[in-house]
Amino acid sequence: MQYRTPIKEARGLGASHHGTAHWWMQRMTAVGMVPLMLWLVVGLAMHTGGGYANAVAWLGSPFNAIVMVLTFGVLFYHASLGLQVVLEDYVSHTGVRLALVLAVRFLALLLATAAIFAVLKIAFGG
Amino acid sequence: MAQFILPPNSRIKQGEHYAAPNGAVNTRIFKVYRWEPDSGENPRLDTYEVDLDSCGPMVLDAIVKIKNEIDPTLTFRRSCREGICGSCAMNIDGRNTLACTKAIDEIDGDVRIYPLPSMRVVKDLVPDMTHFYAQYASIRPWIRTQTPPPPDQERLQSPEDREELDGLYECILCACCQTSCPSYWWNPDRYLGPAVLLQAYRWIADSRDEDTGSRLDDLDDAFKLYRCHTIMNCASACPKGLNPAKAIAEIKRLMVARQ
Repeated sequence: MQYRTPIKEARGLGASHHGTAHWWMQRMTAVGMVPLMLWLVVGLAMHTGGGYANAVAWLGSPFNAIVMVLTFGVLFYHASLGLQVVLEDYVSHTGVRLALVLAVRFLALLLATAAIFAVLKIAFGG
Repeated sequence: MAQFILPPNSRIKQGEHYAAPNGAVNTRIFKVYRWEPDSGENPRLDTYEVDLDSCGPMVLDAIVKIKNEIDPTLTFRRSCREGICGSCAMNIDGRNTLACTKAIDEIDGDVRIYPLPSMRVVKDLVPDMTHFYAQYASIRPWIRTQTPPPPDQERLQSPEDREELDGLYECILCACCQTSCPSYWWNPDRYLGPAVLLQAYRWIADSRDEDTGSRLDDLDDAFKLYRCHTIMNCASACPKGLNPAKAIAEIKRLMVARQ
């Protein structure tokens, strides 16, 4: 038997006060990805079929390497924010949700680090 | 996980069939969700053939006629019969709306009537609104001020400031939008939902209210507010033609503006 009032249930633990930060960061990274993705698609399209050496030379130039590192950072950050929203929508069990959010965050960090490392290795003549 | 399949005891079975009275020429078939909490049986879909020549034009007229003349056990809420009380909100022809303002001839084929989706059913077409009302109460939907009211007059508001409440004050809290929102289906315990957020914005937008910051504080939460993904079911369901999604977007805009 529970004697909690409906308003006690509705108010729950109250507001976390960082919902806006998450939402706003997701929007900012989305806006940031517009020029980055345009640059990436145009860059890749211009260098298809140019051979391995050509691609390495393109990616190794300072400008392209910097933008590529930036792209990977923003991309994986945006993806982890977005996937967290999906998990919050569909996974109602808090323990499972927390575990999955952690897994997504760690995986995104791992992939971003590996991708950025690969770009730096090319840029610094690996 | 979010449930995509009904549990076995919620699956709807074929119910009774009530044929039209002899001599009725202009009949229409109404299929109505029925569930009795005391019977222990699954919900069923009863079929009623209603003589439209002796029935009013709205869906509410038809279910009142069914209750009066065909099957007195049919249970539903109704009161004003003119779209201002919000009692007869139900799912008609696949959309949440008010039975009293939905004309029967707007619907093609059989008229299918269910209770508002995702809510616990009390009986037949009556959903349990307890949590919805508690969520509404949780935003403390009344004027909150630091300035005491003037002793000799009401709190004044200019016509322009009053216009800010148009599209908000008309809400009758029928829960048509609330229960059409997939985000509310998946997280009803924490997401406030379109109706409650529209009401929250109604007080945020009120020029006489002085507690805007604290109202925004109470909404700054991934679940209470940011489950809204602008799906817009709320705006398409609202029988009063309001746009809760726009009110929610305004709240999000103010959240960014105060950063």
